[in-house]
Amino acid sequence: MNMPATKIEVETATPAAVAAPVVTMTPKRPPRAETYARMARETAMRVIPPLIVIALLTLVWELVCRRAGSALPPPSKVFKDTKELIFDPFFDHGGIDKGLFWHLSASLQRVAFGYSLSAIAGIGLGVLVGQSVWAMRGLDPLFQVLRTIPPLAWLPLSLAAFRDGQPSAIFVIFITSIWPIIINTAVGIRNIPQDYRNVAAVVQLNPLEFFAKIMIPAAAPYIFTGLRIGIGLSWLAIVAAEMLIGGVGIGFFIWDAWNSSHISEIILALFYVGIIGFVLDRLIAGLGRIVTHGTAQN
Amino acid sequence: MTAYLKLDHIDKVFSRGSATTEVLKDINLTIEKGQYVSIIGHSGCGKSTLLNIIAGLTTASIGGVLLENREVNSPGPDRAVVFQNHSLLPWLTVYENVKLGVDKVFARTKSRAERDAWVMHNLNLVQMAHARDKRPSEISGGMKQRVGIARALAMEPKVLLLDEPFGALDALTRAHLQDSVMALHQKLGNTILMITHDVDEAVLLSDRIVMMTNGPSARIGEVLEVPLARPRKRLELATNATYLKCRQRVLEFLYERHRFVEAA
Repeated sequence: MNMPATKIEVETATPAAVAAPVVTMTPKRPPRAETYARMARETAMRVIPPLIVIALLTLVWELVCRRAGSALPPPSKVFKDTKELIFDPFFDHGGIDKGLFWHLSASLQRVAFGYSLSAIAGIGLGVLVGQSVWAMRGLDPLFQVLRTIPPLAWLPLSLAAFRDGQPSAIFVIFITSIWPIIINTAVGIRNIPQDYRNVAAVVQLNPLEFFAKIMIPAAAPYIFTGLRIGIGLSWLAIVAAEMLIGGVGIGFFIWDAWNSSHISEIILALFYVGIIGFVLDRLIAGLGRIVTHGTAQN
Repeated sequence: MTAYLKLDHIDKVFSRGSATTEVLKDINLTIEKGQYVSIIGHSGCGKSTLLNIIAGLTTASIGGVLLENREVNSPGPDRAVVFQNHSLLPWLTVYENVKLGVDKVFARTKSRAERDAWVMHNLNLVQMAHARDKRPSEISGGMKQRVGIARALAMEPKVLLLDEPFGALDALTRAHLQDSVMALHQKLGNTILMITHDVDEAVLLSDRIVMMTNGPSARIGEVLEVPLARPRKRLELATNATYLKCRQRVLEFLYERHRFVEAA
């Protein structure tokens, strides 16, 4: 019985002796300059390709549109025409003659208002539909039909109901962005694992605690998918709605520019609309990542 | 020898439309305080359904469950469950997972500081205090199950229900956790009901082993007392005659029954 024991001791001793000098060695840390250089290289790898593509596209645009008789202005002309608007976005000459900042902020306010309402109502209805089979059977067909109605089709009806542009625009935002929020929330609620429900039952959480401590965190990834689609749709709808209701807002700014044949201003406005839509999307996505960092991992 | 937990003529019938399946048939069982009882059977024999009925997560079609002579038919912390797949909430830390139950059960009887101390006490019992601020995704399967046990223990249940608690773990971790559960049972004297399909586990841990026949209409086929002294040591038992005899008995039951059903 002794033989195998000694053998094991010998075996364990050997690697230890070999390992010892390895442990005493201090790992070499790369010099700081090298770390920065690597970071700079990685950033360059991401930034350079889109810059090249953008530069090439601008060049093509410039070449195509520079010829005489071209319907659309080349980028150089766009910049020359809109320099004032780009460098002074804060002017206010009264009425709708304002800087782009004011137009964009008016649009964003409408979106913020309509979208907040639809987020609250959408999550509420989504929870109801996800939780109750009866509510789902009753409401789901309605939702499926209503969600296919194009945003602008709601506008005349809401103008008739509210008799004012501002609440009508907000209503259009609301009705456009609520469907994906409802549907995704309902799916998230329906997909809460039975295990979590069992845990809640054993611990005897009351319905309110169950809602706050289990339902919302468990469904959060789905809810944020809905919210993200919703913010995109709101931004799509606001521009179209503002073209029709008038007043201060980026949508009406574009329509006004078209009526005054300021094509360069339209192009500049489109550029801003795109950038802001992108930022809004990333904002909700980032918020979702922060809120769901626990749930999404499992 | 008083009945602490009593299963009284439990039948369970599942019906989907016009088709009905009888899962459990006339289950009678009496468990004494402080006993460790295992329920063993082939998969699909309805042992998990039985545990869910005791936990109150499912209702019996006929019959009922009596805990200290009171009928129980809804879930509650007096019958805390350790789930097979741990079921920790992934968005809460280890500490918060245990605290969820503690806050509800001791909302009136313990102060905030006492509840905090109680959570840490229970995490210490399962040697998981070091991971209090980790999330379930950051700890191993065995550790998750330890936290699951701490969560159940922290509710001070009258009966601790274990639903194949070690089923999803590798053999080494499983042995380690079995020893931990044995030590906890020794120390705290809980009444424990465990579902398992592992014969060695059943014999090692239990005072009594309840063997179930194959479904549909599964019944209790036989109840075996395991007359082994505690504390039990895994290595010593490997050559213990009583242990081997018990093990043999359970194996015979499972395989004879199995053959019987196949022939039928």
